[in-house]
Amino acid sequence: MTAPVAREHALALLRQMVLIRRFEERSAELYTRGKIRGFLHLYIGEEAVAVGAMQALRPDDAIVATYREHGQALARGIPAASLMAEMYGKASGCSRGHGGSMHFFDASRRFYGGHAIVGGGLPVAVGLALADKLQGRPRVTACFFGDGAVAEGEFHESLNLAALWTLPVLFLCENNLYAMGTALARHQSQIDVRLKAQAYAMAADAVDGMDLLAVEAATRRAAEAVRRGDGPFLLELRTYRFRAHSTADPELYRSKEEVERWRARDPIALFTARLREWGFLGDAELAALEASVAAEIDAAIAAAEAGPWEPVEDLTKDVYTPVAP
Amino acid sequence: MTKMTYREAVRGALRQALRSDPRVFLMGEDVGRYGGAFAVSHGLLEEFGPERVRDTPLSENTFVGAGIGAALGGMRPIVEVMTVNFSLLALDQIVNNAATLRHMSGGQLSVPLVVRMATGGGRQLAAQHSHSLEGWFAHIPGIKVLTPATPADARGLLLAALRDPDPVFVFEHATLYPTEGEVDEAAGPAEIGRAEVRRAGDAVTLITYGGSLGKALQAADRLAVEGIEAEVVDLRSLRPLDTASILASIARTHRAVIVDEGWRTGSFAAEVSARIMEGGFYDLDGPVARVCSAEVPMPYAKHMEDAALPQAATIVATVQEMLRRRG
Repeated sequence: MTAPVAREHALALLRQMVLIRRFEERSAELYTRGKIRGFLHLYIGEEAVAVGAMQALRPDDAIVATYREHGQALARGIPAASLMAEMYGKASGCSRGHGGSMHFFDASRRFYGGHAIVGGGLPVAVGLALADKLQGRPRVTACFFGDGAVAEGEFHESLNLAALWTLPVLFLCENNLYAMGTALARHQSQIDVRLKAQAYAMAADAVDGMDLLAVEAATRRAAEAVRRGDGPFLLELRTYRFRAHSTADPELYRSKEEVERWRARDPIALFTARLREWGFLGDAELAALEASVAAEIDAAIAAAEAGPWEPVEDLTKDVYTPVAP
Repeated sequence: MTKMTYREAVRGALRQALRSDPRVFLMGEDVGRYGGAFAVSHGLLEEFGPERVRDTPLSENTFVGAGIGAALGGMRPIVEVMTVNFSLLALDQIVNNAATLRHMSGGQLSVPLVVRMATGGGRQLAAQHSHSLEGWFAHIPGIKVLTPATPADARGLLLAALRDPDPVFVFEHATLYPTEGEVDEAAGPAEIGRAEVRRAGDAVTLITYGGSLGKALQAADRLAVEGIEAEVVDLRSLRPLDTASILASIARTHRAVIVDEGWRTGSFAAEVSARIMEGGFYDLDGPVARVCSAEVPMPYAKHMEDAALPQAATIVATVQEMLRRRG
């Protein structure tokens, strides 16, 4: 079977997914050891979404994400060490230890959070896109949010405003079927998320979020439409979270059988199998990839352990922007 | 100096900002074709066009959030929310984003956003258009809260807000728009965080802001007839608060009455009172008094609304009672 993608690109994508998976597995361990505190929302199972979607974005595009943003941050290229230090609460973290797991920021990569109010990132994304439009920059603002957010007024207001003003926003709905523990069908009268865009005269599509290359292709199509000035686009990425909502979740709302059915469609296993089929990957290469990822995460943890704490005297330093007298 | 209304002063500052800085744009409900709910932006759409004077849907949370995003993207948005009661629909974006993004990002981001809104009662608009909630906003670190009381400040503080790198909320008391005053159109921005003594006196300090300044000055005039000289301090900015100017005045007069249109319980007046206790207790000759709104949703009928709001007569009576107990 002929591969639809170059070997080097395919291996780079696989490595990103594996990096996210292993980074989060180690994060969960570190959480049980008390190294990471607060909430920890794992992305495991959804890696193809962040990695696939990010391929469509350029360095000067903007990203707005949610509190489950480890995958987007890593796929955007924020160093694992910077993210791990943030979860340790160290001053060397990407947000100086002010945000933790839920609030990763990196202005240099135009990564605008890390938003933990469901739906709260959408208006900000609309504004970022408005700034680009007013300044004539051909950029895209990609806004990730979950299926829970479609119940929020901000979702509807933001879709309307972005469509009304023809703003370059790529709305990426990561539909993992649960708003924390409430299934989509239990909180939405219309569970086909794409159809919600119709009410705002906005283009929309849906894609299998467990299929990396399908995600990449669908996001590229959507992003190019946005970039050429067609207005905003809503892309629904159908995925599943294998782990609990957060470290505090006993998972009473879904069956083990359901989780197992989705685990059978693990995006990393699916993509690995295809790479083997195409002759891109053997056991030795996979072992080398895993070793390189493990080494990167070991180094990130070591750097986080060694990182400095912010001095208590700086407690209120970043509340306002310093102004030269 | 030019005599103009508060409304004209705000409009003049908006026009000056739109002319001088291509990053500035105005958006909000009915700011364009309608000319602004309070006619503040009348004529600006015609001068600057629909890209820079943008009518928005009735989506307060989202257009305030879009202002935050546009500020992050290098613009200098001015967002108009019709009234403070409507701004409650935008509290998520204000409290969870505008106020937090700089700190939560470890100092990487700034949000140079200006949000203007009308506040306050006195126009028989009842319980969903008349409240004074600026004290709530002043509770929130990460934003600044300005309350211009004169046309000159309406202009100068708005220009200062636009120059500020952080989110600034400007509360324009709705009864002030038609009031007149002298404005120096060549003056630069006012200083944020500096109170102003509007009238000097030695018997008592009336501490107030925004729509209550006029009432405090009226009260001071009436008291002067009785030989009581009240000093009137206009706070101008609730956050940052110029505590030093408040304490300096108390050190001169040794008595304080705080006039605040917010409800008394948990009011901004309570914060000012606490700061006087903390920093000026030994300068006081007696307890601090407060003249606030009655604890009731704003009634419609004129006589009831008058009774609910601070009035010059109430301020006079409060000062007289305070001085009567002196002996």
